[in-house]
Amino acid sequence: MYDSRFTIHNSRQLVRIFILLCAVYCSLFTSAYALDAKRQVLENGLTLLMVERHNLPIVKVTVGIRAGSLMEPEDRAGLAGLTAALLTEGTKKRSAAQISEESEFVGASVGASGGDDFITVSLSVLKKDVSLGFDLLSDIILNPVFPEKELNKKVKQIKGSLKAREDDPGFVASKIFKSEVFGKHPYGRLTAGSPETLDRIKRDDVVKFHSALYVPNNSIMSVVGDITPEEVSGLLERYFSAWRAKPVELSPPEKPAEIKKKKTVVIDRDLTQANIILGHIGISRDNPEYYAVSVMNYILGGGGFGSRLMQNIREEKGLVYDIHSSFSANKYGGSFRVSLQTKNESANVAIEEVLNEMKKIMNGKVSDSELSDAKAFLTGSFPMRIETSGRIAGFLVAVEYYGLGVDYVNNYPGYINSVTKEDVLEAAKKYLDPEQFILVVVADKEKASIVENKSRE
Amino acid sequence: MKKLLFVIPICLLFFSNISCANSAAEIRNEKTVLLREEVLPNGLKVFILKDRSAPLAVFQIWYHAGSANEQIGKTGLSHLLEHMMFKGTRRYGPAEFSKIIKRAGGIDNAGTTRDYTFYYQKLSPDRIHLSIELEADRMRNLVMDPEETLSERDVVMEERRLRYEDDPQNLVYEEVVSAAFKNSPYRWPVIGWMQDIKGITRDDLWKYYKERYVPNNAVIIVAGNIDVDSVLAMIRKEFGPIPKGPDIRELKIGEPEQRGERRVFVKKEAELPYVLSAYKAPNVLQKDSYALDVLAGVLSGGKSARIYRSLIDEKQIALSAGAGYSNFLKYPFLFYLYGTAMPGRSIDEVEKALYEEVEKIKEHAPTEREVQKAKNQIETDFIMGQDSIFFQAEMIGMFEMIGDWRLKDKYLEGVREVTPGDVRDAARKYLIEDKRTVGILIPLKKSE
Repeated sequence: MYDSRFTIHNSRQLVRIFILLCAVYCSLFTSAYALDAKRQVLENGLTLLMVERHNLPIVKVTVGIRAGSLMEPEDRAGLAGLTAALLTEGTKKRSAAQISEESEFVGASVGASGGDDFITVSLSVLKKDVSLGFDLLSDIILNPVFPEKELNKKVKQIKGSLKAREDDPGFVASKIFKSEVFGKHPYGRLTAGSPETLDRIKRDDVVKFHSALYVPNNSIMSVVGDITPEEVSGLLERYFSAWRAKPVELSPPEKPAEIKKKKTVVIDRDLTQANIILGHIGISRDNPEYYAVSVMNYILGGGGFGSRLMQNIREEKGLVYDIHSSFSANKYGGSFRVSLQTKNESANVAIEEVLNEMKKIMNGKVSDSELSDAKAFLTGSFPMRIETSGRIAGFLVAVEYYGLGVDYVNNYPGYINSVTKEDVLEAAKKYLDPEQFILVVVADKEKASIVENKSRE
Repeated sequence: MKKLLFVIPICLLFFSNISCANSAAEIRNEKTVLLREEVLPNGLKVFILKDRSAPLAVFQIWYHAGSANEQIGKTGLSHLLEHMMFKGTRRYGPAEFSKIIKRAGGIDNAGTTRDYTFYYQKLSPDRIHLSIELEADRMRNLVMDPEETLSERDVVMEERRLRYEDDPQNLVYEEVVSAAFKNSPYRWPVIGWMQDIKGITRDDLWKYYKERYVPNNAVIIVAGNIDVDSVLAMIRKEFGPIPKGPDIRELKIGEPEQRGERRVFVKKEAELPYVLSAYKAPNVLQKDSYALDVLAGVLSGGKSARIYRSLIDEKQIALSAGAGYSNFLKYPFLFYLYGTAMPGRSIDEVEKALYEEVEKIKEHAPTEREVQKAKNQIETDFIMGQDSIFFQAEMIGMFEMIGDWRLKDKYLEGVREVTPGDVRDAARKYLIEDKRTVGILIPLKKSE
């Protein structure tokens, strides 16, 4: 938690992923770079992806399970995340303390985290300890016992964390924004749930959720690092042979309703800056215009110092330190948002400028150089974003989950390079709306005095 | 996401400069070979690391120009200059630098610390010449347009609001550091005090730039699957003609002895109280620092470590808690204990429980297994870190800034030799009530 205070501390821009694609940081490898991923579907239905990398004696595993908050009942929101978090809190063979002691002793880490589309379980281990690693991984996925005591503790911690995060204005703004855009759909709430829904969750709910969804035919596993396919198959045989296929009967809810509405929410806090999110419904990951949208967003506000929002609002006006736009494209829907922070007194000006830039990109074609710069970065920057075995493991799971194909890495440059100026304009017109949008401002209300000006009424 | 909800052992963070598992261990089947170290006639130091397995190349340039080199009344100067380095030279307009790098499919950024400022680009190996040309250009040809300077000052003030003014726990940290030191220039924040940032002029920046952004005050590291000879030739060509600057005097930092606990409070709108207790501690140049690093691991290297087990798991009085140690600095800094109270629990309880864990170690040395675990974590984290070419280059640069890149290996050897008795002795020697500075966040509720 102290890292940012010491080393990278005051770096000049927050390092952001320019487009939040549920961890699908898609782009290409330059021609010199290839990712030789092997894909197979095992007898028990598990999709297995492997990349051999022998540069270091390490192994990274990511397991994606379609057991995210999409699959939980609304009145038990937080169930999916809680189930994932409890995997390491006791199994048939090991207590919570044993799990952490065994893994931490060898400097390994094994754990799970929630998500909306899917949850991930991950393992990071030295090659010499890979057997122990797979043993722990299978134990927490196959045999968790969800002790009542650990469940109560975890619920208390999650509730405490929800409270603590209220101190982060960016979190508060994001929470409200999601709920306004997606309403009651799971995408509209926190994967952590809320104090009320968490209190409703019984041990039995967790046990049932796990038993219904944590099955191989509902999962994707990637193994990356200093390990051969033969070694992987030996480890799976040894530690995962008891993982049997089982029909999945739960299904995700209907897609979120694509309601366009206009609403401003202002939250009054003792802050020097207004934290602002402006946006609306976006696109899902399978939208064919996804790549045109990627290019358009890069030019609008996804491209850091290469983007119009940064150029106008930071470089020319000095109003913000960070401003960026993103399309977050999930399986069944998505959102578009512009996020920024500026001193309370400049909130209205900054919002006005954001809307102007949205209108501008909807009303005229981007320039040749903007288009070619965007393409050059999107297609050229891939190796930066999946440099390590850990990153590759996460990437492979996402590529599989979103059905992008094992050859996605090779196809991506083609997808991006085929986008024309007309496509960009089309995408802007279709997927940006400077009239009907949600505006969330967490600020000193009096100083910010957010006005409902003409373009917003 | 989930990790954020619970305690993050600080050692797991990539850039963590403190705590148990921040870096380094030698890696046995290391494929990266440090091929070349060269000092150009103008004093510029160059390191080239070749790693055939790396899909990309990294260029880093480090200047001995951190906030410790600033004067009272001008704090934040180093960091604002870092921002100005992106605002154009005689050859390239404002923001052109980043645009050129992005157009080449690269990523660039920079960071300022107490000791140094560094700039980096990650690029495809065949485009590394861009870094070399652009960095050489901005080492000598910066324009620093007066209007651009004013506008960037505003940007930095927004940055300060974002990172400090509106972040209650960061405010506590700032208060604790500035109360802990009377003389050391480490006492002011790297980003600077707001009043100082407001008052920095173009002349201040220009003077500092001319004095410190010279070849004899810089270190370059290029790493990746690159051709060593041609990279060196390019560096000689671009940086070679830049004249050497005047020699820079080393800081002499002495700190008067602390004779009693210091306590500071921050009252601010917040949900939960927080405590940060900081002890003066040596840096990595001193032998005791190895034992303190292991101590941080024993106390807070994960969920099986003492603080998590006691405060979070058993007593359930803290939402998050841990220990940390900033030893990778040029001069002595701090060892910390910290905790956020669980809703309904008092911060006194958390603070006392943290001290109890320390007292236990002072009484009885930790077990062999605990010490071995902490060492294994340090070692493993370092091996894992090697997967990133950026991290490899950064380790060289960071240790070089402290004194000598070879310190990295010395540090690793030192850590391996730590015994349970050393850990106990280090706790006894440094974690002393009279030598600590404690900061408490007292949450205020907004009046309705």
